[in-house]
Amino acid sequence: MTRQDAGPRTGPGRAPDRRRDRTARGRQRSAYPYVLYLPAAIVYVVIFAVPTVMAFYFALTRWTLFDSEFVGLQNFRDFFAEQNLRIGFTNTLIYAVVTSGLKVVLGLLLGVLLTSRLRLRGFLRSVVFFPVLVSTVAVGFTFTALLRPDTGLVNRALALVGVDGPDWLGDATTALLSVAIVDVWKGVGIATVIYIAGILSIPQEYYQAVAVDGGGAWHRFRHVTMPLSWPATYSVIILSFIGGLRSFDLIWTMTRGGPGFTSDTIASIIYKQYQAGFFGLSTAGNVILFVVVTAIVVPLNWFLGRRQATP
Amino acid sequence: MKTSHRMLAAALAVATTTALTSCGSGSEPAADGTTMLSFLVDNSPASLDTAKALTDAFMQANPDITIETETRPGGSEGDNIVKTRLSTGDMSDVFWYNSGSLLQALNPAQTLVDLTGDPVLANVQEDFLTVVSQGGKAYGVPAGSAMGGGILYNRKVYEQLGLQPPKTWAEFMANNDKIKAAGIAPVIATFRETWTSQLFVLGDFYNVQAAAPTFAQDYTANKAKFATTPAARAGFEHLAEVHAKGHLNEGFGSATVDQGMKLLVEGKGAHYPMLSAQLPPMVSETPQAATDIGFFGIPGTDAAKRGATIWEPGALYIPKNTENLEAAKKFLAFVATPAAADAITKVVQPAGPYRIKGATLPDDAIQAAKDLQAYIDDGATAPALEFLSPVKGPSLEQITVAVGSGLTPPAEAAAQYDQDVEKQARQLGLAGW
Amino acid sequence: MRALRRTGGELVALVVATVVFLVPFSFMLLTAVKDESQAQDLDFAWPTSWPIVENFTAVIQARDYVLLRAYVNSTILTVGSVALIVVFGAMAAFVLQRRAGRVGTLADFLVLSGLIIPPAIVPTIWLLQALGLFKTMPGLILVEVAFNLSYAVLLFRAFIAAIPRELDEAAMIDGCSGLRLFFRVIFPLLRPVTITVILTSSVTVFNDFVNPLYFLPGDDNATVQVTLYNFQSQYSTQWNLLFMDIVLITIPPLVLFVFFNRKIVAGMTAGAIKG
Repeated sequence: MTRQDAGPRTGPGRAPDRRRDRTARGRQRSAYPYVLYLPAAIVYVVIFAVPTVMAFYFALTRWTLFDSEFVGLQNFRDFFAEQNLRIGFTNTLIYAVVTSGLKVVLGLLLGVLLTSRLRLRGFLRSVVFFPVLVSTVAVGFTFTALLRPDTGLVNRALALVGVDGPDWLGDATTALLSVAIVDVWKGVGIATVIYIAGILSIPQEYYQAVAVDGGGAWHRFRHVTMPLSWPATYSVIILSFIGGLRSFDLIWTMTRGGPGFTSDTIASIIYKQYQAGFFGLSTAGNVILFVVVTAIVVPLNWFLGRRQATP
Repeated sequence: MKTSHRMLAAALAVATTTALTSCGSGSEPAADGTTMLSFLVDNSPASLDTAKALTDAFMQANPDITIETETRPGGSEGDNIVKTRLSTGDMSDVFWYNSGSLLQALNPAQTLVDLTGDPVLANVQEDFLTVVSQGGKAYGVPAGSAMGGGILYNRKVYEQLGLQPPKTWAEFMANNDKIKAAGIAPVIATFRETWTSQLFVLGDFYNVQAAAPTFAQDYTANKAKFATTPAARAGFEHLAEVHAKGHLNEGFGSATVDQGMKLLVEGKGAHYPMLSAQLPPMVSETPQAATDIGFFGIPGTDAAKRGATIWEPGALYIPKNTENLEAAKKFLAFVATPAAADAITKVVQPAGPYRIKGATLPDDAIQAAKDLQAYIDDGATAPALEFLSPVKGPSLEQITVAVGSGLTPPAEAAAQYDQDVEKQARQLGLAGW
Repeated sequence: MRALRRTGGELVALVVATVVFLVPFSFMLLTAVKDESQAQDLDFAWPTSWPIVENFTAVIQARDYVLLRAYVNSTILTVGSVALIVVFGAMAAFVLQRRAGRVGTLADFLVLSGLIIPPAIVPTIWLLQALGLFKTMPGLILVEVAFNLSYAVLLFRAFIAAIPRELDEAAMIDGCSGLRLFFRVIFPLLRPVTITVILTSSVTVFNDFVNPLYFLPGDDNATVQVTLYNFQSQYSTQWNLLFMDIVLITIPPLVLFVFFNRKIVAGMTAGAIKG
């Protein structure tokens, strides 16, 4: 273990190739024994992976939970024939990009703000994290009430400045984005705490160095905070992007994919099939969603992981 | 091991059936001699109240049996919980679930106790048995009353404006114009709860059957389609028409059933396409819901052939995995008696007739239930399509919201629904699809 | 001058935060203390009467004090599963970040899969039944651990990458490797992210209602979110009680969070890597 690499500036990507070490020192003596995987692996494989593989078999069957009949790829054909798949696909991408983009930007800003010498820091931290504590169902109820066209607070407030607000959740043009904004409201607290952890992990020496060089606040943000909180940015992007691609719970409580099918996402289409008792079909949908998400996230993961911060 | 244990229990229960029916003791007495029955119901207020009325009355008469009620969510979330628990052999001793097409999806032959010919069913009306049967075997007893699916209307508004309940769709639309001119919302829609958007289509089935008597069979056999049957397509067209004419209440896209019922009872809306079962829970808070709100079937084209579409009540079933078959049957036998119906009436007003022989509507029944009874006495009713055919597409409610919001033209919507139905029939593995 | 601008800036931040984050909360509070008929309007009007105590007792006593039992269950569930998630997740993330190779690639793939694939309920029930863990608290805890591990591993891995390898090497010279290296040297350094993981996964587990509904059904085993779910329909015309329930199940975690806020921040800073 003599290689010099990976200072604090390393990105979160794969560790550099250590094959040479392994051949030199032998498998059995690694400082990072596989046994550390064991507890996580046992729980994960038994409770998650095995049932998932079992379920994937059912994607090839007509499955009523009571019995199943092998139908080959019929479910996949049916899934692609789903009438609103195109809307669902577009909506999924819009939703994921909007929510994860806003969470990264707002999370970073709030993270910086809440690690600065703000007097109300403690209070604001609690306030920002508060929506995370509220369950999705409760958030759905609350915002449905606030966004009501007649008595809702949002439209009442808009009326004060002379704007006639739309029926946010009942109108096809605003439904999806309204839900996306609420999603950001609910989820930005998580992005913020991840950023706070990231910013607090930055060694103070870097800031001192900037101070010595006479750099201002912007310089500090641009050349220290932003690049060195990269592990946080990486986590927020990956987690919220995957979350956005898979998201249906808030959509389900607030619009049920409606009006009509206008705010449907792939995940809500699958969920509806599941609700309808089409278990084989919805499993096939999940397999497809998995492939799609993987096809987007793996390159993204690779790209983000490869990127090295340059302060 | 587990299976053999279960089979043993079942065999034991069967062996003791005849011996115990008369002496009144439970099949598996606990230490203190009582039997515990678990009973799963959905969590709507009407179901909870009904369940409480039934269990209280039963336990009073049978102190050796204790029933513990569990709740589950309603709607399709509840469907999945019921299916999951049945398929994993984990269902409560008795459970309350829909009759008709939803029951068919539970694989009753495999999961439920067959009650055909059992004295438990002695008091159940013959007509009802068909909606809790599969392959000629009956599985349940009716819980609560039947209900009408059509137009709930405010009689006070009708009185003030001097209107008559319409006999045809044209009359209905003419009434709507007058109501709108009086500054009242003619038709209430509550698309936040998507299921409510289906009533114009599903509640129109009496008229569909009047025009095409074999529609249900042909539809199940993949021969008749909504898009190509004018009478069936009419429901979608009606929905599009009320939207196009601006007859819907403001904010219909995000209104809820509660709001809709409130609009109707307060006279701010005149018509609400709805199930009559929405009314009884309102009576305690707003007593005028019992008297001011009437019911008429969705009008068709011919005044002479008017009628109403009826939804059958859900039923109580016994899963095969029960270990208290004896006590469970005893409970079901009680539920299917006029005494049980009376116990329910004391707590929840019936929204329509009971399906139990000898059980009648009380004299102070709500107006909508009396209106529905009048249709039944005239022989002018038909059960909704979901009680005649296992085929029902899951996306109908989204499609009807889209039609009622002016997003999809009715003809296209009917075609979409046919495609949706095809998917469902294939997933169910029905013959001919 | 500068101080003035600073105060002004803080004021703006305060106002924006209050409006955006506290208005919805005050809506919940207001609705929770209204009487039934006024609550039905779901608007921002000031309560005409204040049946706070009545609403409170109605919700607490509902269904034979189910809410209190739910609190106990939710606490056990959250503490149990979060403890396992943190320890298991950090250990796995450490090897995953430090040691490349085929096993690492596979683990990487599994972590992403865990984030992407929604769990299959029915096969999971079969499996738990076979293990005798179905409808038990340990079973539900393991379910929550399995479903939330990926999230924790991903977070831990990203932050472990920022810990210099020189540290491992120095520790190894002292004869510290494997489990001891991890628990003695690395884990303490992960404090900021550990606290983040504890926060986020306890919120996820505490707020989960789908899994308890399937894997541990019944009123005796209800968790707080399930009570909300149960009340949803029962109280559909009683919005005041529904929102009282929402407030009651949201406030304790909020109070805990506010209470420990200082400690949380202190913990995060204490763990920061000294360059």
